[in-house]
Amino acid sequence: MPPDAPSPHPLLAALEAWDLHAFSRPPEAADELLVWVVPARIADVCRYLRDEQGFERLSGLTSIDRYPLEPRFEAVYLLHSISRNIRLKLKVALPGADPALPSVTSVWEGANWYEREAFDLFGIRFGGHPNLKRILLPEEWQGHPLRRDFPVHGHKYTYQND
Amino acid sequence: MSDPEISTAAVQAEHEAPPPATRRMVLNMGPQHPSTHGVLRIILELDGEIVRQAEPEIGFLHTGIEKQAEALTWQQVVTITDRIDYLSNLGNNLAYVLPVEQLLQIEIPPQAQWMRVLLTELSRINSHVVWLGTHALDLGAMTVYFYCFREREDILRIFELFSGQRMMTSYIRIGGLALEPPRGWQQAVRKFNDALPSKIDEYEDLLTANPIFMRRVQGVGHVPLDRLLALGVTGPMIRAAGLKWDIRKAEPYSGYEKFDFDVPVYQESDVWTRYRVRLEEMRQSQRIVRQALEGMPGGPWKADAPHVVLPDREKMKTQMEALIYHFKIVTEGFRVPAGEAYVPTESPRGEIGFFVVSDGTAKPLRVFMRTPSFGNLQALPALFEGHLVADSVAALGSMDFVLGDVDR
Repeated sequence: MPPDAPSPHPLLAALEAWDLHAFSRPPEAADELLVWVVPARIADVCRYLRDEQGFERLSGLTSIDRYPLEPRFEAVYLLHSISRNIRLKLKVALPGADPALPSVTSVWEGANWYEREAFDLFGIRFGGHPNLKRILLPEEWQGHPLRRDFPVHGHKYTYQND
Repeated sequence: MSDPEISTAAVQAEHEAPPPATRRMVLNMGPQHPSTHGVLRIILELDGEIVRQAEPEIGFLHTGIEKQAEALTWQQVVTITDRIDYLSNLGNNLAYVLPVEQLLQIEIPPQAQWMRVLLTELSRINSHVVWLGTHALDLGAMTVYFYCFREREDILRIFELFSGQRMMTSYIRIGGLALEPPRGWQQAVRKFNDALPSKIDEYEDLLTANPIFMRRVQGVGHVPLDRLLALGVTGPMIRAAGLKWDIRKAEPYSGYEKFDFDVPVYQESDVWTRYRVRLEEMRQSQRIVRQALEGMPGGPWKADAPHVVLPDREKMKTQMEALIYHFKIVTEGFRVPAGEAYVPTESPRGEIGFFVVSDGTAKPLRVFMRTPSFGNLQALPALFEGHLVADSVAALGSMDFVLGDVDR
């Protein structure tokens, strides 16, 4: 008798049953709960997860820059359900040229600053955000420092003798 | 001479304009305001004494710590985690090393785990006494401040004993601890810990049931629980709003499941209950420290992972292999297998966790710092709007944020 295949997490099964087209890769069980979402559907998926699956809070939102690979950016949503005590990670692959996503501020109010931060430091635009402007850096700042092609010392100094 | 008609019109316009009390005034609070605890600027729109709109402006302390982390080796990053939330340095160290150790798949020996819990709880007490002192000072109670800083001094001396540093300790490292615990540390910790409950009683004598203090805090800064959750608030503010959620209990890390402590919960979600929650948390932390002291297991204080942990000095002088490992770790650091990890932990302010991404090299690809103050500060308009300006200082203090933690 062949060994049983690991049964998928009930949450992943529920997501698959809900709408498979919202996911860029089919949800599969791994060490942690991770789901890849189609960029345009992120707000729908988040609303479904909050209303139907009990994810009351967005723990954090950030991005990873895979420069020089393409698709360059991965937007990462760290979701948490206190009532079910599980954490879920959503990921969205974004191109290097003009990365843009729908905002999830309508789902969780708290996404506001995290999206502003990702806009400020990575240059990812969030469509439908109520106040998308720089949050940590001054308004007149040039560039997005957390991109991998932005030098640690900034563009102003070269430090040739270091 | 002025035109009489124009001046009459001007006077008439002045009379027809709404009386000053209904006009909105924009007031700038900070970034150098003493009760903003650091450099936070809040733009208040006032209608008389009522705050109609509050807009926090952050970033004055932004030093690009997440960017710097990408230029340092994995172990070096520990030193900059001290600097984000400078009141809970050891808690930050722990929150950073846990996901990295998860990626490295190294086992931490029990003594190191218990020592980490003990030190993290001491820094929780440290953070809460600083909060209490400054919060009470904002509300006009000066004596509490001196009492609190007396205890803080004792805790900082203990940290100095362990690590040689009072604040930027970097004592919890990937693979265990930075140094062997010093001789006589038990006596120092026990002396402080045994005296602490009576010190907390002293604070309570001054504040709890003090009518002036109660008037300033009861019913002030109320926000319902679901709004707080939607805003991303964590920690004592959530527990003061009636949700029994503590990451040390819900998702135990570093052996917290072996300790016996209670999670204080109150329902009212105002400045008063936040004060009660934090005071009770100090007592619970004291209990945890006592248990850690009494049950401290023996054995090694760093992991058996020669490619990550620096070898003993003695071994370096006698074993070639140890010398090679030492040279490799010091010159080029150690590689961390490609992958990502996030381990949430409970800081004095709420959920702190580091989302670390490795591409298999000796430096992190990305270190995202999910800091509690950043999430909590978003709730500031909800606490301010519709309330008196005078209450805003009390509400601000009850949030207990650290600007270094917000801006990173």
